[in-house]
Parts: sequence; C-alpha cells; structure tokens
Amino acid sequence: MSSESASPADGAEAPRYYSLHEHHPENGTLLGFWLYLMSDCLVFACLFAVYAVLGRNYAGGPTGRELFDLPVVAVNTSLLLLSSITYGFVMLHVQAKRLVPALVWLGITGLLGAGFIYLEMREFAHFIGNGAGPQRSAFLSAFFTLVGTHGLHVTFGIIWLVTLMVQLVTHGLTPANERRLMCLSMFWHFLDVVWIGVFTVVYLMGVLT
Amino acid sequence: MSSEHSGSLGHSGTLREYVTGFALAVTLTAIPFWLVMAHTFGRSSTTAAVILVLASVQIVVHMVYFLHMNTRSEGGWTLLALLFTVMLVVIALSGSIWVMSHLNDNMMPAAMHGMGTMHDMHHMHDMP
Repeated sequence: MSSESASPADGAEAPRYYSLHEHHPENGTLLGFWLYLMSDCLVFACLFAVYAVLGRNYAGGPTGRELFDLPVVAVNTSLLLLSSITYGFVMLHVQAKRLVPALVWLGITGLLGAGFIYLEMREFAHFIGNGAGPQRSAFLSAFFTLVGTHGLHVTFGIIWLVTLMVQLVTHGLTPANERRLMCLSMFWHFLDVVWIGVFTVVYLMGVLT
Repeated sequence: MSSEHSGSLGHSGTLREYVTGFALAVTLTAIPFWLVMAHTFGRSSTTAAVILVLASVQIVVHMVYFLHMNTRSEGGWTLLALLFTVMLVVIALSGSIWVMSHLNDNMMPAAMHGMGTMHDMHHMHDMP
C-alpha cells in the first residue's frame, strides 16, 4: 500500500477523504473475487477427491481407457490454453485503452471457449449414446460431475464474456468495465488451471492402466 | 499512477509475461500428452508420477504468468488465501484417498481383491 501514500500530494484541500480513498474499492472487488475463486477451488477439490476415490469403480462398464479419445482432449486443451493467451491480449489492449482490439480479442476468446464447450458436449453425447451415461457406474458419475461442473463454469464464463462485450460497446472502457474485465480474466485463467488437473488426472491417468 | 495497479491482483501483465507463460504452458501440456500417447515409459506408475509433477509445475506457471500471483498483490492477502486453500485442498485430497484406500483394503472381502470388474458385478448382485 506504499504506492498510495504518494497520492495525498494532489488533493491537500480535503485530507479527511484520503483514508476513504486509500481503500480503493476496485481492489476490494478483486480480492473478494479472488476469495470466491478460492472457494470455487474447494468445490473442485471435493469433486477431484470423489473422482480419485471412485474413478476406478467401473461396475463392469466401460473404462476410461475404452472411452477417452486423447487427440480430441488434446485439441480441447489447446483451445482452452489459446483462449488464456487471447484473454491476456484483451487485458493488454484494455491497459492501453484500445477498445476495438480488446473487443476483437474478447470475441476470439469467446469463440475458443465455445469450441471447447462444443467438443465437450460432443464427447458427452457420444458417451451417453453408447450407454456410458452418468448412471452407468461410479466412475462415470464422478466423471460427468467433475468435467460437467468445469464445463458449466466455462459456459457461464462465455455468457459473462458476451455480456461484457455488450457493456463495452454501450459504455466503453469505463473503470467499472475494466474492473469487470479483470474479474473475468481471473475467472477465465482459473478455469484453465482447473482444466490442467482435469486433463492430467481424469483423461491422461484414466488411459494409463 | 500506473504503478498503482502493478501491485494489485488483476493487473494486466505484459506481452512478454503472457508469451513466456504461454510457451511454458504449451510445453508442459505437450510433454504429458506425448508421454501417455507414445507410451514412453514402460511402467504406468512412472508416467503417472511424471505427469502429476508436470501438472503441478504448469499450475504454478499459470498462477505466476496468467494470474500474476506474487507476494505483494493486495498486501499479500491473495497469497495467504491461496496458501490456505492449497492446504485445505491437500488435506481433502490426500485424506480422502488415504482413508478410502484403507477402507477398501480392510472392509472388502479378501476374495474381491485382484478380481476383474465382472466378478465385482456378480458380487454386487449377491449383496442385500
């Protein structure tokens, strides 16, 4: 907080307000959002624990080795990873106050996210069509819950992203919109972190015998 | 005034940061996929251990380069919250796996050990 101590120089007329200004509401939002992400992290930790315990209980049904199509998972992973750096480009343009490039990269990020969800839904539909739905075995229940919860988060992230694009077109790069973009940035990168756990523990280790 | 944001959580980083993070992340993603798909190691347990280590490293890379975690952001509160969360996650994960593996070892009939999944099915039908 040492950086704020330099600001009183420009507003000596009302010293009493400094204590209020030093709270920096946008920082409060970001810290609060970070705490939300940490609690979300605990939700995923519980789902990972469930998968770790039940992930090999196939009940005579298909195993991960028989179901998982690693090339598709690799494509999915690259889509999410690419969307992480394209969101980084959004934030760089926001920092430089360039609205249109920021909107373009936001759109690209959203499309990459939508591609991820499309491939995941195709995979789910393929499993369920082959009788490997969530009710088939404990392994598949845990799989659909964990991967589905992540997919649901990405879906909500895309909805949020589209909403923010509308906000940006309507109001421009206001401080409020910048704060929202930062929150979505944290949310989006956090989902990528969770996906590292998913592709490692669920897909890659599920294929290992 | 731009320095005001450098210490805050959502600060935007630099192009260099994002490109470095992305290059590291791609490498750390490609290696485990290659290890599993090319069956590089003979033993699955070796592969599992290596890809878990690579995943942990990649999580740290994402935290540093994409989420811009450092000891200074929000006066250190984000790092404190993260460390507390990591502690809870480790307890929940290792505890669940440890307890449930012991339950499997101690509570299941000895005959079920090492049997195929079809045997498990038949056994399940016998259960009340």
